[in-house]
Amino acid sequence: MMRLIGGNGWTIGLAVLLALLLVATKAIQPDFGPSGLDNLARSALPFALATVGMAIVVIAGGIDLSVAAMMAVASVTAAVLMDGASDGQAVFAVLAVLLLGLGMGALNGALIVVTRVPDIVVTLAMLFVWQGVALLILNAPGGGAAPWLRALAVGGVTLPGVPPAFTEWLPRGVVFLAVVVAAVWLPIRRSKLGLRFYAIGSDPQAAFRSGVSVGPTRIAAYAVCGLFAALGGLSVTMATGIGEPIPGPYLLASVAAVVLGGVVLGGGRGGILGPILAVFVLRTVRMDLTLLSVDPNVAAIVEGTIMVAVVMFGAVLATRGRRG
Amino acid sequence: MTSATTDAPLARLGRLMVDNPLLPLVVLLFALIGVLALLNPAILSMFWASNTLKIAIPLAMLAACQTLTMLTGGIDLSAGTAATVAAYVTATATPLIGAPGAIGIAMTCALAIGMVNGVGVAFARVHPLIMTLGTGLIATGCLLVYQRSVISTGTEYPALLVWLGTGRTLGLPNGLALFIPFAILILWAQRRSGFGRLLYAIGSNEAAARLSGVRVWQVHLALYSLSGVIAGLTGLLYLGMVKTASLSLALPLDLPSVAAAVIGGTSIFGGRGGYGGTILGALILTVLATMLTLLQMPEGGRRILYGAIILAVTALYIRLTDRG
Amino acid sequence: MSPPAALLDATGVAKRFGAVLALRDASLQVAPGQVVALMGANGAGKSTFVKILTGALKPDAGHVRIKGQDSTVASPAGARRSGLVPVYQEPSLIPDLSVADNLRLGDTPVDRFRHWVGALGLPGLRQDALIRTLPLASLRIVDLARALAVEPDVLLLDELTAALPTDLVERVLSVVRAQADAGRAVIYISHRFTEIAAICDRATVLRDGQTVGDVAIAPGIEDTIVEMMLGAPVTVAARSARATGAAASDAPRLRVRGLATGTRLTDVSLDLRQGEVLGVVALEGQGQDELFDVLAGNRRATAGTVEVNGKPVAFRHPADAIAAGLTLVPGDRAHALLMQRSVRENIALPLLARLGTWGAIPIGAERSRVGAAIERLQIDTRAQGEVRRLSGGNQQKVTIARWIAKGVQTLLLFDPTRGIDIRTKQQIYVLVRELADQGAAVLFYTSELAEVRMACDRAVVIFGGRVVDVIDAADADEPTLLRAAYGLTATAGVPA
Repeated sequence: MMRLIGGNGWTIGLAVLLALLLVATKAIQPDFGPSGLDNLARSALPFALATVGMAIVVIAGGIDLSVAAMMAVASVTAAVLMDGASDGQAVFAVLAVLLLGLGMGALNGALIVVTRVPDIVVTLAMLFVWQGVALLILNAPGGGAAPWLRALAVGGVTLPGVPPAFTEWLPRGVVFLAVVVAAVWLPIRRSKLGLRFYAIGSDPQAAFRSGVSVGPTRIAAYAVCGLFAALGGLSVTMATGIGEPIPGPYLLASVAAVVLGGVVLGGGRGGILGPILAVFVLRTVRMDLTLLSVDPNVAAIVEGTIMVAVVMFGAVLATRGRRG
Repeated sequence: MTSATTDAPLARLGRLMVDNPLLPLVVLLFALIGVLALLNPAILSMFWASNTLKIAIPLAMLAACQTLTMLTGGIDLSAGTAATVAAYVTATATPLIGAPGAIGIAMTCALAIGMVNGVGVAFARVHPLIMTLGTGLIATGCLLVYQRSVISTGTEYPALLVWLGTGRTLGLPNGLALFIPFAILILWAQRRSGFGRLLYAIGSNEAAARLSGVRVWQVHLALYSLSGVIAGLTGLLYLGMVKTASLSLALPLDLPSVAAAVIGGTSIFGGRGGYGGTILGALILTVLATMLTLLQMPEGGRRILYGAIILAVTALYIRLTDRG
Repeated sequence: MSPPAALLDATGVAKRFGAVLALRDASLQVAPGQVVALMGANGAGKSTFVKILTGALKPDAGHVRIKGQDSTVASPAGARRSGLVPVYQEPSLIPDLSVADNLRLGDTPVDRFRHWVGALGLPGLRQDALIRTLPLASLRIVDLARALAVEPDVLLLDELTAALPTDLVERVLSVVRAQADAGRAVIYISHRFTEIAAICDRATVLRDGQTVGDVAIAPGIEDTIVEMMLGAPVTVAARSARATGAAASDAPRLRVRGLATGTRLTDVSLDLRQGEVLGVVALEGQGQDELFDVLAGNRRATAGTVEVNGKPVAFRHPADAIAAGLTLVPGDRAHALLMQRSVRENIALPLLARLGTWGAIPIGAERSRVGAAIERLQIDTRAQGEVRRLSGGNQQKVTIARWIAKGVQTLLLFDPTRGIDIRTKQQIYVLVRELADQGAAVLFYTSELAEVRMACDRAVVIFGGRVVDVIDAADADEPTLLRAAYGLTATAGVPA
């Protein structure tokens, strides 16, 4: 079991599961097409970005409960900065939000390292703090988003010279996600920093002996998580056109997707692709339930139960792993 | 790390807080009341004192869930939801089947939430924070579904609960009639019952408790079930107090209940603290809330403050116990 | 020709942990071209010294010079830069990374690594293999090859061969010797005298945190080294009257046959009779921890049987062991005590562990039972507050008093006198004898060999996870025990 989850087999399995679910969707709803895929991608985008951030800290042996609250801060900051701003100013707003995300994450990490309070307690306290910050910035949903930014994630891909029928199937949200993850995570994964993330998550003692400075590496992991949370917050604003100060249900969903994606709670194992696929699996299940005209609230219960079951299963595996 | 000059007073403060954990809290409480008197002398009155007590009672009861679970190194973030579920079910089922039946069903629901938490923590060994967050989410979903089915029945509040929640006798809130026996029971149990001892033992050193023959899962299962029952009871009282059945009824108590336990000196890592401090913590937070209202502090600012208090107090305890 | 300057020179190194002086005056010099064995019995301060040499700990006094430069850096990375590369006892490879990624993490030259892996007998090692999928023996080779690949001036090898099969050991030894012959310095730590005789030039011996000797390796030097590790012959102190075979006719209270855990415990059989104190002697990590854990229900055996009073048992939880009368005092007090709670709560804990005792505590009965246990062990309860404020000796008494209050049948004591004062030690010897005389059976692992004669009736010696010798207390002088513990006697395989 552990070997299966550790290897690529698990990721491939998730991809197959996702494909089957999409086929099932088509069977349920014969006119499921580009717009359906676009909806799926758009709703999955914030979840996926939160999950990538969470996966990175979990790989580095931590957890960040404040991920959804940081997304809220990023979302309202972006919406407030872009409200009525020109396209050029909006670029700076986006950059500022990304920097803010890095800063929030780094602060989480630094507090963990400096106070020596366990990560789960620090990020719980910071969850409240970031919630408060988001409410202070924007008391109720509002603000705006630059149209070009919204266009990045909404609709199907159109390429000049290629008939839309070929490209409209590919949602822009997926492309956005792929570009962002490729631009941020791949360079880290390839560099020594990425190795260090895995090293401190796998065995901090051995990492220290191999010459890794554990504290700064941990802060860096939280900072990258903050960056992805900021991207997630931006994607919320991109999808809705406004800033949302109340954190969405991204925390539990991201933990569940991380576990379902084959990243072991406790650190050191897994990748980013698995959790992203897991997000799409969970979102597709949700969509199928809706298409089957299940009461959306019942769908929410089913989804929540699946997530809790997944996390429980992951905890059992992690305990087994520690004992073995 | 720190110089000798700051060392001595800190260590002395640590001793003081460990030996007489309640003394600094009493001082703090009266200091806050003093500040309040300076801000607005007219506010202090018998009525104000009685009102403060009334508001503090549900908070202190919900904080009992946090105190008991925190003694073992856990937490119960579903307590607020369990309280809301109990309150909502009571209010909507009373017109259909009468108060006793409704209350019975409501308490069963709260117990069920607690038992699910208990199973997850005891057997799957999920971190209580994640587990209780998950059940809270699922329970909220169930409540939404339930709401649909009872939307037409209307609501009714059992007279006993209204009497407890809003009535006064000799100038004192009737809620004390429930709270005083409740508090005495908890205070007795934490000192003089085998179960209470085991909570401290598990929080202090789970491995040592196991080696002494304690079957830790039994304690976890019973503890989280008890926590659910206490949360349900709080919900009933709160329902009588606010006399509105809403889906976010006990939500404003969620975060303060954690803060009250932490301020009261219960260590979030377990093994230290007790309910006496939590009661004072709830009073302190209630007075603080009056003050923040007086200062027109927005909701966001309050959340930041609560988060900062939790983090600062926890970090301080780590410092103090490291030196001990 | 003047002697070459030492590549590594540690002088007067001292280190204190709280009240414990782990090192008082440790010194070690290694010249180029030399392999020096660093030796010492359990608790001599060897592991602390290794941590200081490799930069993982900072010394309180003394200096460590590598190639004549003061090594002031307090990190493994710093020590590495100055030319010292260690291979630790526990593998320091990241389990979830591949071999290649581990090399990249430590900036190890891959070509030279590949060369050394081949030379050490693992030419087929895949670079993309995950560390956690490799067997322990391969990990040791990878660890060593990684260290050799950076061509260090000083190589520190800590129990390198413990997990290796014989053919690999030979290759490793010849490679290590060749390193020294090429002008490097090697510090070699091992429990195996044969290896030390084969490749070392000198041995530096630690005792009680002090360097007590430095001898050239020559045939027959083992006895000298054993003597140095033990110090002046200890006169047998107050040994109370022992039960003399009276109980020996009884069926054993505890009967263990072929016990194994799939790790370090491979095959242990022993009998423990009522009224008997059976000593267990072993070097660190020979399987004794696993043996006690299995008997206490804290871990499951993979093979073998345990019988209590003739009935076979298989414990799934410590509560099962306690119900069968087997109670453990673990080696590390921190694993047994509720440090933030009072003496009373600590002692009363097993009394309240069962589901039936969750209700009201019978305060009077508890007070009298706890009080009696405190009295019997003479625990100093002036510090009424938390257990962590007690002295080490009093803390240890609390962990034993817990089982006195509960009622003792079979007591498993794992090194109960480690790091406590001499007076408390004497009290524990007397208590153990009293308990045995009253019908208890005691299994007593000790890292202090002299204790066997003071407290035990017999002792089993465990080496490499199996019982290699059974020695009567009358014959259990320290040299005999230590030789047996190093596997130097030929009487292996005696059933206890």
